[in-house]
Order: sequence, then structure tokens, then C-alpha cells
Amino acid sequence: MKEASAPMNLDPKTPAGPLADKWNNHKAKLRLVNPANRRKYHVIVVGSGLAGSAAAASFAEMGYEVSCFCYQDSPRRAHSIAAQGGINAAKNYQNDGDSVRRLFQDTIKGGDYRAREANVYRLAQVSTNIIDQCVAQGVPFAREYGGLLANRSFGGAQVSRTFYARGQTGQQLLIGAYSALSRQIGLGTVKMYTRHEMLDLVLVDGKAKGIVTRDLVTGAIESWSSDVVVVCTGGYGNVFYLSTNAQGCNVTATFRAHRRGAGFANPCYTQIHPTCIPVHGEDQSKLTLMSESLRNDGRVWVPKNKADCTKPASEIPEESRDYFLERKYPSYGNLAPRDIASRAAKEVCDEGRGVGQVVDGKRLGVYLDFSAAIKRLGESEVRARYGNLFDMYQNITGENAYKQPMRIFPAVHYTMGGLWVDYNLQSNIPGLFVGGEANFSDHGANRLGASALMQGLADGYFVLPYTVTDYLAGEKSGSRPSNDAPEFKAVVKDVNDRVAKLLSINGTKSPRYYHKALGKITWEKCGMARDKAGLEGAIRDLQALRKDFWENVKVVGSGDALAPELERAGRVADFLDFGIMMCLDALTREESCGGHFRTEFQDAGEAKRDDAQYAHAAVWQWTGEGQLPARHVEPLVYEETQLSTRSYK
Amino acid sequence: MVQDNGKEPTLALKLRVWRQRRGQPGAFEEHSLAAVPTSASFLEMMDMLNEQLIKAGKDTFAFDHDCREGICGMCSMTINGMPHGPIPGVTTCQLHMRNFRDGETITVEPWRARAFPVLKDLAVDRSGFDKVIQSGGFITVRTGSAPEANNIPVPKPIADEAMDAAECIGCGACVASCKNGSAMLFVGAKINHLNILPQGQAERDRRTLSMVKTMDEAGFGNCTNYGECQAHCPKSITLDVIAKLNRDYLRARVKEFFSSTGKPSKGGD
Repeated sequence: MKEASAPMNLDPKTPAGPLADKWNNHKAKLRLVNPANRRKYHVIVVGSGLAGSAAAASFAEMGYEVSCFCYQDSPRRAHSIAAQGGINAAKNYQNDGDSVRRLFQDTIKGGDYRAREANVYRLAQVSTNIIDQCVAQGVPFAREYGGLLANRSFGGAQVSRTFYARGQTGQQLLIGAYSALSRQIGLGTVKMYTRHEMLDLVLVDGKAKGIVTRDLVTGAIESWSSDVVVVCTGGYGNVFYLSTNAQGCNVTATFRAHRRGAGFANPCYTQIHPTCIPVHGEDQSKLTLMSESLRNDGRVWVPKNKADCTKPASEIPEESRDYFLERKYPSYGNLAPRDIASRAAKEVCDEGRGVGQVVDGKRLGVYLDFSAAIKRLGESEVRARYGNLFDMYQNITGENAYKQPMRIFPAVHYTMGGLWVDYNLQSNIPGLFVGGEANFSDHGANRLGASALMQGLADGYFVLPYTVTDYLAGEKSGSRPSNDAPEFKAVVKDVNDRVAKLLSINGTKSPRYYHKALGKITWEKCGMARDKAGLEGAIRDLQALRKDFWENVKVVGSGDALAPELERAGRVADFLDFGIMMCLDALTREESCGGHFRTEFQDAGEAKRDDAQYAHAAVWQWTGEGQLPARHVEPLVYEETQLSTRSYK
Repeated sequence: MVQDNGKEPTLALKLRVWRQRRGQPGAFEEHSLAAVPTSASFLEMMDMLNEQLIKAGKDTFAFDHDCREGICGMCSMTINGMPHGPIPGVTTCQLHMRNFRDGETITVEPWRARAFPVLKDLAVDRSGFDKVIQSGGFITVRTGSAPEANNIPVPKPIADEAMDAAECIGCGACVASCKNGSAMLFVGAKINHLNILPQGQAERDRRTLSMVKTMDEAGFGNCTNYGECQAHCPKSITLDVIAKLNRDYLRARVKEFFSSTGKPSKGGD
């Protein structure tokens, strides 16, 4: 690893004052743009998930000229849609002691004290506005008979603060944001470019001034100039090949920005979700999540004796079952946070007590059992709460979970790392803002359930509109360059060259082959448990795989039409470079925290943080093709939070 | 499912898959595919076919897909003549190969509808749906202007009914299954979601008239009650959303007629 090759400006710009007042004080000082001038500014939003759609709609409502890009065929299909369980907000409708402060504390503790305090507090503050906004848009949240909003509880919290819409809260919230965006598209204030993929960022005089895209239908490489670029392109979970992410989710937009100078923070913070359907075979392309809300009524167990693992669950008597989460974490039980529940499941499977089919010599599954809930509530109530999830489980496994327990195993689900941003969600490149899962700011080393939707919408509706306006107020209206400028032409040439190179290698192995090989390395060496030797080996293996890719990949199809293999090849190429950076980050963070578990740093199975050495965000800087990136740090300053060891016992 | 003592059953299949370039006529191509695990999803089977094509140096079949968990609405294949295949209530990505027989011939086509032109092979252009939503499928509420959420009580039965309609994933199977290429189930679902909620009342008539007008302009056909859409909807949206759409449309037209003063509109929107 090279030490800091060039300096990086990592000033978090956290406002002064007490935590509870920072955001309001800051908003009062942010500069404004006159309504008549706003239409002279062009804002590019990349990605149309919760953060992107919400931001694009809000900018257009304010009067800016907006262009929004997504790779899907409609903005409504972004992967925010797949979130099932819910969205947190500190409304305290349940009168159970919730407050902004409490949501803040839960979130920062859930993140194992590796998130920026002021950002997390702001997230908790605006959470209540989000629910108001969504209800007004017609999001059909669950209701009580009195007509008021219902709540459920979720992992990592002792209050009931999660709002939900059956098992498809993500789809309903996204349709809300999509409808706001659609209204603006209909009014002509947003130009929507679907089936367009951002392949590079254009800098002019050190500022982000546009992007280069590929039209996935015609293959046209085009450049777009703007006054500011807002990237909301989600996370990088597909670096593991198998994950709960959509097939198209990729790191390309953020990684391309990284290559142009944007710092990438904490790539090793990846979340493994405890309740997914176990892997079934070699040709599997995707892992399916079963909402964490199932843990409200399902009990997690494995047989106490290895000999019972091949028996059907019904033949294992109560006294021979180990309800390991309830045993190890009596106060949170089955609702222990995701990282803790995942590791506990891995531990019992590593002991040989897993259930289900054998994959790579191990049974990788634990039971999630609803028999007690069915007895307590009746099958119809369980069906009302989770029916769609039970149906989905049956479609995939062919098993009826009302009659026999589900089998679940952890899978990669969310990535907390992302492009480094300051308090304004601006990266270290002026004019490049980053929202939602694509940034690193709010979840630290682990994200609590029902917080991703909250963060996406918080950024899109209630943070970016203020902070981007402040940035634009400092940019002269009408000063943006033409996309004929040499800076644009140079980047367009880079993109064209890269596409041509991918199409011309004409080797022997498919892009999917490399993606699978990449995933095998990252999951085994940089998954739920990591260690020094494994990570060093992974970096070597990935460097070799990367070299092989650029010599032997075979990309069929043509550059002038819908070419799924070309799309995949470009994304896998970026994932290969990114995977090396992720492993390097995991290697150099010599502590365990949240989703980052280094086996050398533990206290009898619990993550052992090293606050003296590692209470910082690690920010990686691109140093050149084939080079290892350079590590920089932003120290995390805690003004009002007492760092303690997380305990859910 | 796999048993400990045995291997997973696999299938050998004959596939007739539609091949087409944009703006040109298409045709079926025939391929054989061996050793397809019964636990694989239909799209994973298509991945296997594409990998086989890459090995042979041939172009793969383009098809739309993304979340592969039945919610994004991106996947869109007509399988043996049925949008999303033979199993009711699931999308193509949630259709698993255990539902097919060894040695079976499977025909795979794109959505067939005038309003959904083929982009390549099995991928079609469904932007007509987006245009319908852009013309009225929303409640106008600017960011920041919403009242406190619990100030708008919504009776649970109403909220549940809105939610039933809102489950629509916009995949287009309703259009693809309809002889008329009608989008009434899609539009009816959106109208039902928004028109019955208290928040949606202010724009109810305007929304209905505008969405129906755009639907017609986008080239979707009329509903003549075949009911194929209901049978193939992966989210089991039922025909009564169409009845309610017709009712709301009639109501809006009647109100428009009687409230008309004969004077030209003063504009304002």
C-alpha cells in the first residue's frame, strides 16, 4: 500500500453547535438561488431509486432544469423497490418512549460507532418528515382500524417505529417518489433518460461538470454537461456475485467517479443479512431475502446435536433444539442486529449443526420457525402479516413454511461503504454530490433494518435540495461548459476506447465466469469473517483474475444494440478493481466492527473494536491503472456520544 | 428439492426462442439445453443457454430482468404462449424449472403488443406505461408541503384496498395477454390505488380523464372483458379495478359535462 500519494481534502464540514441544533443552524446559513435563476442551472441526477427519484423530483419542483438517468427501462424499477420490511421514523406514535435522540442513538450504536455523529442525528431528525411526505403522496402504509398509521418493531431497537406497506414497503415508497418524478417529467421539468448507463464523470477545472453515458438500446456514447452531478446509484453488493441485489446493480458510476479523484470510504463495510434463502446450486444467479420482519414472530434454531441435522425438523423434539439467538442474546433474542445474528448463524453452521442441503461440504442453513407464532396468533394472522413472503419462499424452495420451518442463511445485502461525502453530501470533488446507498455517511460499520429507505429518502427529499442549492449559489448561472469542450471529448474518447477494447479481446471466458470467480474469492475471504492471510491471498488472487480478464474475456454482441454481455463485462471489470480495494480496506482495518469481522480481533465471538486506532473513516484514493489505491483517513469526532461496547445481551 | 442421498433432478430441454433486431422482422431459433437443475429459475435457465451460446461464439438472447425476486417488474417473457409462464401469480423470475418436464419443448417469446415494440430478442419498450403515469398517476404534493401524517386518517379497509391495487408492478403482462393489447388492468390498478384514498380526492377526476386519454394515445387497445389480464397478472390484480376505472371515468365525464359553462378554460394549469 502506498501512503498518501497526493493530499485529499476530507474536511467533513460539520457545523458547530449542539448536535440537536446543527442541521437547523446550518440550513439557516446555506445560500439560496433566486427562483427566476434556478432554471438556468442544469442538475444531473444519476440513478432513480429512492434517493435519485426523490432528489430529481425535488430539484425540478424548485425550478432547476433536471436530467435523470437510469439503466432500467423505467425509473420505477430501481432496486429500492425490493426492500420489504419497512422504514424507520421517530414519530413515537406507539407512545413507547421513542424520540429523535433515541433513533439517533440506536442508529449510531447499530453502526458500531463508525458513522459520523452529525449526519446520523440529521437522519433521525428528518425521518419524521419522510413519513408525512410519503403519506401525502398516497403511499398505502399499514393502518390501524382507527385509520391511523400502524408500526412494527425491527432488529436493533426496543421501540416500535417501523412503518410498512405489507411486505413491499420499498416498492410503495419508490412508487411514491417515482410518481413525484413522473409528474415533473410530464411537466417537462425533468428529462428522463432510461436505459442509459453512466460510464464516466467529466471534470472541468477540478469540478464535476457532466457525465458520459451509453445508450443501452442504440449503443450511442454521449456526453452531458451540467452545473452539478448528483450520483445516487446504490451499493456494490454484487462484488460478491451472489447477493440480494438486483442483477444490474453495479459499482461502475461510483467507481468511475473514484477513478476521477473521488475518495471511496470504508469499502470493507458490507452487510450480511441474516434471513435469506440458502444457496441451492452452481447456476444460481441471486439470493433472495426474506424480510427481517419475519424475526418478529419466527424463532431461529438449529439442532443441538449434529446427528439430528439430517432429520426432518418435525422429528426433532423441543428439548433437542438450540434457539441460539434467544440463548446468547436474551434481551434482544431473535431481533439481534443483522451482523450479530448473521455471525451467530455462521458459527452454528461452522460447528456442523447447520440444516438443509450440503454446499461445499457444509450444511449452510438454520431454521426460522413459525410454529409457535401460528399457535399463538393463528395461521390466518401469520398469513396476513407475512403471506407474500411465505408464498415467495414456496415458489423458490417448493416448501410450505406454514407446515415446516423455513431454512435461512445470511447473504450479502447492503453496503455501508461508498463515496466519501462531507456533511453536505458533497464528495471531495466539488460539484459531485452523492446520495443514498452510494455514499458512506450514515450507517457506519453496520446498518439497522428499515434504515436504508429512511436514508435514501432523507438524502433525496430533505438534504440534497438544500446543500446542492448552496453549491449552485456559488456557481455563476450559465457558466457551465459546452459538451464540445476538450475535457468532454477526452472522456468520451476514454469511454469509446474501453468499450472497443472489451469487444476486441475475443478470448475464451464469459463475463459471468469472471463475475462468479470474483464472488467466490470475495465471499470466502472478505465475507462474514476475515483474516490477514486470507485477505492478502484474496488481493493476489484478484490481481491475477483481473489480468486474466483483460486477456481472455469474450464479449459477444455488438456495440450498436442492446448488448447485455458488454454491459456485464464493463461492470465486472470495475468490480474486479473495486474488489481489490475492498479487500485492502478490510486488511488495513485491524479491528472488528459491525459487519467487518476480523477473526484476530474478537472477544469470544463478539467484535472487538479498537477506538484508539480506528475511530476513523478510511478513504481510498485512486493512484492509477493496476496500482493499489492510497489510504487516507477522516477522524470521527464524537461530541455527545459515549463510545461503548455494543451489547445486545 | 435435493435429497441427501440423491442428486438434484435435471432436465434436458428444447428451446424455441425469439430472435429479433430492432426494426427488423424476427424469427424463432431452436436450441437444446441439457442438465438444467429443477431448482433453477426460468431466468437462470436462460443464463445457462446464453453461456452455452457464448462458448459457441454466438450472440446471446437479450432479455429484461433485474431484481429476480418478483417485484421490479422488469422480466417479461411469454412462455409457451403465456406471459410469465404457466404458474399463476408469479413473474418469470419466480418461475422455477421444477414446473417443466424432462424433454419438453419450451417456446419463449417477447411481450406481443402493438404498444410494446421489440428492442431486441425478448426485450420490449414499455415506456407507454411511464407516459400514462406521467399524465396523472400521482398525487400532487411538493416536497416539504405535506401535513403531519396522522392528520389524514385512512380507514383500514380503504388503505387495504388501495394497497391491493398498488401491488401492481407495471410489468405489462396484462397488455401482453390481452387480444386487444389493452392496458386497462394497469391503469385501473393505479386509478384504484389513488382515487380511493382521501389524499387522492382533489385530483380524482382530472387524473382519471388524463390517464385514460394518454392510454389511448399510447396505442393500447380497449377492454372487451376477456379477462386474460387477470389470469396472467403476477400480482393477482383483479378485473374489478377495470370496473371501478370505468365508473370513475364515467363519473368524471358526466361532471365535466355538467360543470362546463361553455366558456373557454381560463387555464391556470
